[in-house]
Amino acid sequence: MATTADNFVPAPAAQTGGPVDDHHDHKPSFFARWFMSTNHKDIGSLYLMFAIVAGIIGGAMSGVMRMELMEPGIQYLWWFAGSSPEDISAAGHMWNVFITGHGLIMVFFMVMPAMIGGFGNWFVPLMIGAPDMAFPRMNNISFWLTVVGFLSLLFSLFVPGNSIGNGAGVGWTVYAPLSTTGAPGPAVDFAIFSLHLAGAGSILGATNFITTIFNMRAPGMTLHKMPLFVWSVLVTAFLLLLALPVLAAAITMLLTDRNFGTTFFDPAGGGDPVLYQHLFWFFGHPEVYIMILPGFGMISQIIATFSRKPVFGYLGMAYAMVAIGVVGFIVWAHHMYTVGLDVNTKMYFTAATMVIAVPTGVKIFSWIATMWGGSMELKSPMVWALGFIFLFTVGGVTGVVLANGGIDDNLHDTYYVVAHFHYVLSMGAVFSLFAGFYYWFPKMSGKMHSELLSHLHFWVFFIGVNVIFFPQHFLGMNGMPRRYPDYPEAFAFWNYISSIGYMIMAASMLIFFVNIAYAFLAGKKAANNPWGEGATTLEWTLTSPPPFHQFETLPVIEDHHDYHDHRPATA
Amino acid sequence: MRLAIDRFHLGFLALVAVLFTLALPQVVAAQELSRDEVLTEAAQEIEALTPGTPAEGANAAAGATEATGGYVPMAPTPGKGMPTSYEDDALASMTFQDQYSQDGLYALWMHDYILLPVITAISLFVLGLLFYVIFKFNRRSNPNPSRTTHNTMIEVVWTVVPVIILVIIAVPSITLLARQYEEPPEDAITVKAVGYQWYWGYEYPDHDVEIISNMLTKEQAIASGEGDQYQMAVDNRMVVPAGVPIRLQTTAADVIHAFAIPSLWFKQDAVPGRLNERMLVIDEPGVYYGQCSELCGALHGFMPITVEALPMEEFEAWVVEQGGTIPGAEVAADTEAEATEEAAAA
Repeated sequence: MATTADNFVPAPAAQTGGPVDDHHDHKPSFFARWFMSTNHKDIGSLYLMFAIVAGIIGGAMSGVMRMELMEPGIQYLWWFAGSSPEDISAAGHMWNVFITGHGLIMVFFMVMPAMIGGFGNWFVPLMIGAPDMAFPRMNNISFWLTVVGFLSLLFSLFVPGNSIGNGAGVGWTVYAPLSTTGAPGPAVDFAIFSLHLAGAGSILGATNFITTIFNMRAPGMTLHKMPLFVWSVLVTAFLLLLALPVLAAAITMLLTDRNFGTTFFDPAGGGDPVLYQHLFWFFGHPEVYIMILPGFGMISQIIATFSRKPVFGYLGMAYAMVAIGVVGFIVWAHHMYTVGLDVNTKMYFTAATMVIAVPTGVKIFSWIATMWGGSMELKSPMVWALGFIFLFTVGGVTGVVLANGGIDDNLHDTYYVVAHFHYVLSMGAVFSLFAGFYYWFPKMSGKMHSELLSHLHFWVFFIGVNVIFFPQHFLGMNGMPRRYPDYPEAFAFWNYISSIGYMIMAASMLIFFVNIAYAFLAGKKAANNPWGEGATTLEWTLTSPPPFHQFETLPVIEDHHDYHDHRPATA
Repeated sequence: MRLAIDRFHLGFLALVAVLFTLALPQVVAAQELSRDEVLTEAAQEIEALTPGTPAEGANAAAGATEATGGYVPMAPTPGKGMPTSYEDDALASMTFQDQYSQDGLYALWMHDYILLPVITAISLFVLGLLFYVIFKFNRRSNPNPSRTTHNTMIEVVWTVVPVIILVIIAVPSITLLARQYEEPPEDAITVKAVGYQWYWGYEYPDHDVEIISNMLTKEQAIASGEGDQYQMAVDNRMVVPAGVPIRLQTTAADVIHAFAIPSLWFKQDAVPGRLNERMLVIDEPGVYYGQCSELCGALHGFMPITVEALPMEEFEAWVVEQGGTIPGAEVAADTEAEATEEAAAA
């Protein structure tokens, strides 16, 4: 039987190693390059562009939400629902569709694609001295599954969710029975399908990263010589691989409950709605670390680069991430303190959750210790990294408050929780994304962005997000529940301030896009290493942008190289 | 000055700070204006709706019972059992509501005297360290970076000290949980709150009372004197006795809801197919507002909870008025009747 391998005839050039076809920058045609890509850098760029588009859509949804919450009463939602101002049901359902869309888009189609798909694809192979990812074609399908998943989610907005209106209004957690008997329309099926597709893409991506990192490191690059960003992606990939199948199982059970008469989560048939929550959060808690760990890795690279100093406590930093990943799997029920858990269960989850603060503290202090004694240069990536450290700390300490099961009785499902997770994600994860973006943009594009606009972007964004989210702590403590389209008069003031903050934040995004446009249109050509002697990982030894295929001759990490400095002796 | 932050950064920061400071009073003024408008409007509506007492127009039943000296919905006390607006008390609008249960007071104490100081101190400590390294270890102040990458002592310290802080937090935290899960005594009054899309039902199995509780519309809320509590006020409140243990059970008929009263530090999900139970003791009579706290569909934001705690006699009067029975009284009456019969037989 003939197989593809039988017909495979190696090109003569590959055999002889001659220069005939060894043209570095031979790029495929436009369609083949961008739609059938097997190149990790192109796929990384596709992921980044996709994440920016998804981020604009998800950010616009939060804009509608903040606009609606600016004043008490329902002002705009009815219009989006195509209804009349009197129809509170339609407005309320529209609201739920917005919060669901915002949450799902930002988690699955903005942060994850940008962190892992974008920066992971671009820089894991470069940093470990590999020519590409281990499975380039699987890399391609990972990306396109994510895109189709996103389209499925967008499609769900335009089909009925329930008798009231279009779209899935079930929250990003998709709790049963609201997502089963409570929302019979096809919109929820499309939203669930969207998660299946994005999840499948992420599982394939995770196997790809694990294989790449374990098998394709340059000669001499032991695990303990890997850059911390690669460590962070490795831990993240394991979290994805272990957590996502549980989500897939949970939402498949939702689908069969919805469509095929099973009763996994329906007490009328012996099921239990709380089972869904256990399954969801068994995935959901590792998921929040999936969203922040690559950020930790990027921040470590950036702080070391701009302090011109090796990362302090490298092994502690690497294994703190491993510890966070491991402990992240055994704290899930702190999202469910009010469902009626047993007192002993609640005590356990309280204690286990607080344990996570220890490795997180190790990371915060190690970053500061890296800067201590350093020679810091406040370039654009560095200011974002500094902003990250402070804001992530603020988000982290409110996490310690919420970890206490007894305290959470009051704060659960209030705006305090919204403030907490936006401090760690919308400021933690997103600040690290912008830090990474400004750090690697010259490498990826070959153009320098404007430092002035980058700093302006930083300050306006910093002020904007703090004005949005800090008052939400007050609202939550004072009792305002989350996922509410309207509120009693008493909550008006801080909601108004919060909405003002959104406008400041939105203005900063304009600066960001102007900056990108400036870089491409008028930006200076980027040097191989624009950040100076502190940038010591392998990607800085390549041209900016790197050749279409790099490291055809593998770099060798000599014995004298430590984890910090991978540069060849001659460079 | 040899500062790492150049003039541009400082200048820009100052500019934004000034703009923000200038904008804040405007915001406050705008807010006060809109609030005044609402209040004026509300006052006019009250006049239009109710020629007599505010309570009359809203609830015909309440009006009718007033004549017989029965139950009249208690007027809410401003600032008690409800959120506080920034205009009324800026500080109170930024923190927890005052607590009216012993567990709530303990939890509030734990937050205010342990958690809040600790997290504020940690955040400021990190911020201080950041400023210190920015000013001390920048390219100009410290052109030659050190190569230090390890210091076992400091690494042990920053692992052990957080552990100690967490243990200190864990002690009251576990105590609080144990308190919250104390078993209600045998004779506790059972109230079962059932969540529906989108209203609450309250069942009193000991008293044979069942009531349905819907949110008041804006007009109704204004008419009943709860205009400021619109979206928290309901037509039929969950009336309970103050100062005695209540066995509060929650469940739901359709999707998951959550029964929450911030001023009692109480939140318990209402899950279909499950009966959750916790003890609640409300320290003093009053009106305590809460709102559904688990996403339950389109009108999730419009199914509030109002708890009215009354002295025992008034609670019993309310029960009788709802057509219910008082368990103890029934037994007493039966015994009395038996005694009479016995006497007659003798």
